[in-house]
Amino acid sequence: MTLVKEASVRPAGKRSAVPAAGRRGRRRENLAGYLFMSPWIAGFLLLTAGPMIASLYYAFTSYNLFTPPQWVGLDNFTTMFQDPRWQKSVQVTLKYVVVATPLKLLLALGVALLLAQKRRGQGLYRAAFYMPSLIGASVSVGFVWRALFSDDAIVDRTQKVFGLDVGGWIGNPDYVIYALVALSIWQFGAPMVIFLAGLKQVPRELYEAAEMDGAGPIRRFWNITLPMISPVLFFNVLLESIHAFQVFGSAYVVSDTRCGPADATLVYTCYLYQKGFKEAQMGFASAMAWTLVVAVALVTAVLFWSQKKWVHYEEAAK
Amino acid sequence: MTSATNPVVRTAGERRRTGSIAWHVGALAVLAVVLYPVIWVVGAAFKPSKDIIASIDLLPAKPVWANFSGLADGISGISISSFFMNSLMYAVLAVVGVVVSSSLTAYAFAKIRFAGRNLLFTLMIGTLLLPYHVLLIPQYVMFRKLEFIDTLVPLVAGKFLATEAFFVFLMVQFMRGLPRELDEAAKLDGCGHLRTYWSIVLPLCRPAIITSAIFTFINAWNDFMGPLIYLNTPSKYTVSLGLMMFRDQEGISNYGSMIAMSLVALVPVIAFFMAFQRYLIDGMATSGLK
Repeated sequence: MTLVKEASVRPAGKRSAVPAAGRRGRRRENLAGYLFMSPWIAGFLLLTAGPMIASLYYAFTSYNLFTPPQWVGLDNFTTMFQDPRWQKSVQVTLKYVVVATPLKLLLALGVALLLAQKRRGQGLYRAAFYMPSLIGASVSVGFVWRALFSDDAIVDRTQKVFGLDVGGWIGNPDYVIYALVALSIWQFGAPMVIFLAGLKQVPRELYEAAEMDGAGPIRRFWNITLPMISPVLFFNVLLESIHAFQVFGSAYVVSDTRCGPADATLVYTCYLYQKGFKEAQMGFASAMAWTLVVAVALVTAVLFWSQKKWVHYEEAAK
Repeated sequence: MTSATNPVVRTAGERRRTGSIAWHVGALAVLAVVLYPVIWVVGAAFKPSKDIIASIDLLPAKPVWANFSGLADGISGISISSFFMNSLMYAVLAVVGVVVSSSLTAYAFAKIRFAGRNLLFTLMIGTLLLPYHVLLIPQYVMFRKLEFIDTLVPLVAGKFLATEAFFVFLMVQFMRGLPRELDEAAKLDGCGHLRTYWSIVLPLCRPAIITSAIFTFINAWNDFMGPLIYLNTPSKYTVSLGLMMFRDQEGISNYGSMIAMSLVALVPVIAFFMAFQRYLIDGMATSGLK
């Protein structure tokens, strides 16, 4: 993010040396800046910062919307950690994140490497592969998924050819989560496009030099491509895992509105929705939300910490 | 392996041809998997209800229109067009809100030097990573107190207040790329910020605005959780909620029509995508890189 740095090199200090006209100019710039920003500032205060504080407060209260919130200390958290359904939702979500994210990114990278070669029809393929990322979140596609993975439909029949009959993934508590994983992988186009843009920026000369030195395609991939696109890979890992933690719609639509047979697709957001909006336990739901924020912040921090070890940044060459 | 050490020396042309065939086979295989669900829903919408799951054929042997004519009755007394109008209303308001508020905010970040800009920019980027769950409950409590439940206000308020940080970021990136000389010249000619924004920066930002507008439209059109939480009256339901109501009430008896409606709901998104795919993909790619 070059922007943050660029903005900070603005000359500071030396205020007294500036003539009165300049000072007035600066005041006018400040005013203009805040006027232009006013929608965002209002939005940040009213819809982000304020609600965050409110929800932190609710997390320590018992609140059912109809009577004022009552302070209960850490009760919500202790109940939550002992709640078997909460534990189940953590388990389901982790499974989803850990299985879906790497598979989706592997496919995205593999197809990006394929499409990075200049061939006829490349643009068309790129567009077609990207489309699922736009429609994947819709209820329509959720229904299609439900149909494709139900008993006696295409996936079930193909599976039976190999002697496996699970009666369709949708109704089977052991399999239904993988229908959601498949839906996530199907949307590999968005990270693929980002990989493609990264691959385009790897200097040709590096490959030519490596080829001269006799490095085969696999060596070239490990020693040139992968380090050169590691910032893009980092970005994709960060974005995709944060997204995966927040999955909701597909669990609710593909599975069923109670999030699955035997809670098999009770992802974190699903349980939060049930607690907050079906049972009106706003305090408990807020405690859940803040636990998720802390978990996501931890994952983000670990990723940022780990990038020193594997992400290769060009030495400020601009 | 260089060709010098390789005993079987193939000509370059030969190698290129096999490479090309392998490439197309690989790409077509991925294409088949990616497009299968889409072609399936098109085919299914024209199959008789009982064949949709039972028949393994991708396309119907004899296309029927019954599923579509079945939509004319609506769902529990509400006409299908009502859901589409509600979704359209939501999406259009969202687009207007995002374009206006994000471009104003982005202009301030990119073109005005004001005290506190760095801090605000960092805060804005921070909101990109914030899980929305933490805002779900308190925003609901707030909009409930303000008696905005069952209206579009909670769904679009954030759009008008530039809370969609992704689009602000996209536009900041774009405005930064515009030649500095242009707004300096405008300043010398006595243009204030409002004039510069309106007659110079905004017209030049068309690609970024189109990208943001289309993404916003599609996101609003697909949005499920927002309407699920805030809309209670079936006559105010968007297409997403209409489809869910369809499934819960007539999903088994009228399965074909439900699939037909699913297809119709996808049409605007796919049409927008086909018309503007270059803007969408390039917008996606640049925002991920810089």
